[in-house]
Amino acid sequence: MKLAYWMYAGPAHIGTLRVASSFKNVHAIMHAPLGDDYFNVMRSMLERERDFTPVTASIVDRHVLARGSQEKVVENITRKDQQEKPDLILLTPTCTSSILQEDLQNFVERATRQTNSNILLADVNHYRVNEFQAADRTLEQIISFYLDKTMQLQEEIRKTEKPSANILGIFTLGFHHQHDCREIYRLLTDLGIDINQIIPEGCFVTDLKKIPEAWFNIVPYREIGLMAAQYLEKKYNMPYVSITPMGLVETASWIRKIARILDKNYEKYIDQQTRFVSQAAWFSRSIDCQNLTGKKALVFGDATHAASMTKILVREMGINVCCAGTYCKNDADWFREQVQGFCDQILITEDHTQVGNMIAQIEPAAIFGTQMERHVGKRLDIPCGVISAPIHIQNFPLSYRPFLGYEGTNQIADLVYNSFTLGMEDHLLEIFGGHDVKTVITKNLSTDENLLWNLEAQTELQKIPGFVRNRIKRNTEKFARSKQIKEITVEVMYAAKEALAG
Amino acid sequence: MGTLKFECETGNYHTFCPISCVSWLYQKITDSFFLVIGTKTCGYFLQNALGVMIFAEPRYAMAELEEGDISAQLHDFDELKRLCLQIQKDRNPSVIVWIGTCTTEIIKMDLEGMAPKIEEFIGRPIIVARANGLDYAFTQGEDTVLAAMAHRCPEYAYHALPTFIGQVTPVREERPIRDLVSPLVLFGSLPNTVAQQLTRELEHQGIHVSGWLPEARYEELPELGAGVFVCGVHPFLSRTATTLMRRRKCQLIGAPFPIGPDGTRAWIEKICQVFNKTPQNLDERESNIWKNLEEFFPLIKGKSVFFMGDNLLEISLARFLIRCGMIVYEIGIPYMDKRFQASELQLLERTCKEMNVAIPPIVEKPDNSNQIQRIRALKPDLVITGLAHSNPLEARGITTKWSVEFTFAQIHGFTNARDILELITRPLRRNNHLKDLGWAKLVSEAAEKA
Repeated sequence: MKLAYWMYAGPAHIGTLRVASSFKNVHAIMHAPLGDDYFNVMRSMLERERDFTPVTASIVDRHVLARGSQEKVVENITRKDQQEKPDLILLTPTCTSSILQEDLQNFVERATRQTNSNILLADVNHYRVNEFQAADRTLEQIISFYLDKTMQLQEEIRKTEKPSANILGIFTLGFHHQHDCREIYRLLTDLGIDINQIIPEGCFVTDLKKIPEAWFNIVPYREIGLMAAQYLEKKYNMPYVSITPMGLVETASWIRKIARILDKNYEKYIDQQTRFVSQAAWFSRSIDCQNLTGKKALVFGDATHAASMTKILVREMGINVCCAGTYCKNDADWFREQVQGFCDQILITEDHTQVGNMIAQIEPAAIFGTQMERHVGKRLDIPCGVISAPIHIQNFPLSYRPFLGYEGTNQIADLVYNSFTLGMEDHLLEIFGGHDVKTVITKNLSTDENLLWNLEAQTELQKIPGFVRNRIKRNTEKFARSKQIKEITVEVMYAAKEALAG
Repeated sequence: MGTLKFECETGNYHTFCPISCVSWLYQKITDSFFLVIGTKTCGYFLQNALGVMIFAEPRYAMAELEEGDISAQLHDFDELKRLCLQIQKDRNPSVIVWIGTCTTEIIKMDLEGMAPKIEEFIGRPIIVARANGLDYAFTQGEDTVLAAMAHRCPEYAYHALPTFIGQVTPVREERPIRDLVSPLVLFGSLPNTVAQQLTRELEHQGIHVSGWLPEARYEELPELGAGVFVCGVHPFLSRTATTLMRRRKCQLIGAPFPIGPDGTRAWIEKICQVFNKTPQNLDERESNIWKNLEEFFPLIKGKSVFFMGDNLLEISLARFLIRCGMIVYEIGIPYMDKRFQASELQLLERTCKEMNVAIPPIVEKPDNSNQIQRIRALKPDLVITGLAHSNPLEARGITTKWSVEFTFAQIHGFTNARDILELITRPLRRNNHLKDLGWAKLVSEAAEKA
């Protein structure tokens, strides 16, 4: 048992449902108790989805607990088959239903006999994998199911005439996925490459048989799509590009990787885009960015975005990343390898309090993280740019905001610059006697606070400019602890200052 | 006109998991800590449903069950003891509430058995409520918590008399029995200001409210026992009512619920009747409130409403809206306790007669996909529904109001009747603003048929 307030990655079935509802005409039926269909709310609200989310629950209630689902699941499947005529119905176990140990595969087989749709049972262990791993696996499962099915009939795979690519891993509820997808499309069009299939967003499962017609696969995000790409490489000899084209340097290596696959030369295009089309290269030379040199930042998020962001901040903007971290524990090795040499320390954790304490400890000038880090930033008065899921509705912007490709580099430059200047502005306000009077001084995140600041000392602390206040507070407390002082007075503050100065 | 008709469908409907009750209960009971014993799924739901609340260091947490807990490799007693000790150390609450979930039901974790032992160990009361999705919907979560809490209220002793200043004076032998005023305890969690408003409303009638279940602090729970009258303020509290009657020997006042001026009036009248008081100025009070609501009527008179049903407030809200001149096509509701809601149902019936409209069918355990078919056929002016269906319906030109808002907004008593109509008319007012733009339907023809 684990005491938890917040989690970065959702439970497995969320991943499976994200795959199912990204496809067109695929319906997911969850074997779940009442209330577990919260996914529908998220999709309808966060994505502002106009259509009904194709997810229903076959409710597990007291009766099911007592007698088993019996006909219920099969009935729900056949009913959905008749009502909506989906191509595929994906039966999705949840954490609750997986401990009931009902033979869901048997339901699938029974239902298959009565339906026109294909029926699949999502092959996911709810206690071992998280949302991303489950999505990765489900995508592979669906692709291999349809390829195995059709390839027996087909004699030979015909590649498209023009070079073409599949994009694997554009999802509903993905962080800026729709925008990224459009940006990749633009890039590929510039390079004279067609898109064969975008999978799974907006794709029909009946079209999956065309996957092998593409020349290669693109996996923009590490978390979801890699398993499918590896499967396709093994089975159909399709090369894939798993570099994330985020930032100027990585976008260039992404294009070069494609160039190698197609045996082409895109150097001129890269140079033109980097220097003149994207503003990011010029931005990093401009005076604004010079001011950011050596500023401290902390980066935390999924493996893809946190690694890319770290590299952009350090390599392309000269910012000092004190700590880079990810919650994708299963991908820790890859992450370490990516950010090695780009940051002072690496943090791999799923515990948000650990991230919060790290932020409180190093006090960066800006944070680039998830919504959780944004809130930590609020409490500590540190600006935060959101770069990764988990996210809120404001991270599903209506306007065009890719993180990938050349337009993505512009967006990221804005995000970084705005975070830092806002921070500066704040400090200047405080130095010149700012407009708000803050009375809260305990902004520390740790709960083992046992030191008492007397009123006078608190007032004294308030007089210290905001951007050094925390440091002075902490140093004083450190000093007090070392001297076994319980109550902090103005004298103690001065003594601490003197001790440190000496 | 007809009579009340009850139907029951498949129960494939969307609602919140009952563990969501921690979100308002931890705020109400300020010295409590809620520990939800469940899986990642429960945690994910709470963290997303609670939105920004989660960042405000809430007094709730998940005891997240891992594979070792499910397969009983880890000793659940030791695990819970460890977590509760930590909570006690970090937060020092007056009470820890364990929320049992679907998983603890299925693996048959004996929460009720373990709680007293751990309680003794940490020296802090532990209350167990099984607010799971196998048995309950959304607001019924509060019902399970309050029912469990009712056991912890101190025993009401006959020899103690509450006076109006809130002190307790011992009764002298010579005092005649008829001077004894039976205490009245109201049950249902309401924001403190709303609870205060209702308390005052009764005080104007000379009726003293001796306590609320729950109070703002756990340590202030009211005395219960034989001779205590209890009355509910929410329609979803049937278990609590049963517990109060059967286990605590209280007398239940069955009344309509104080939602809308008509409901509030009926609620007060019923309580007055029990305490043998003639209601004072109630006519005037009610008609003044109605007068204040007049500006809304042109917007809603004759308009039709469809309740898909997810929070059990549906009967009371429908009754109020019918009184406001609306026509209700269907009242979907997760669970219908005809005994606990008897007075409310009668008032609904009477309201329909007086307003000369047909009594809407009450659909228990509705089937959302059937309901959407009916909505398409009936084309109601307003659908009151959960967030899963709101946007898709709006895109099809059907106006919706998000039902969960009624659970979080202040809707009880005379004072807050206005808030209900603010909520109800908001989408209609929005429609009036945007009506000439010509883009009410925002899905393709093909998608609409699908």
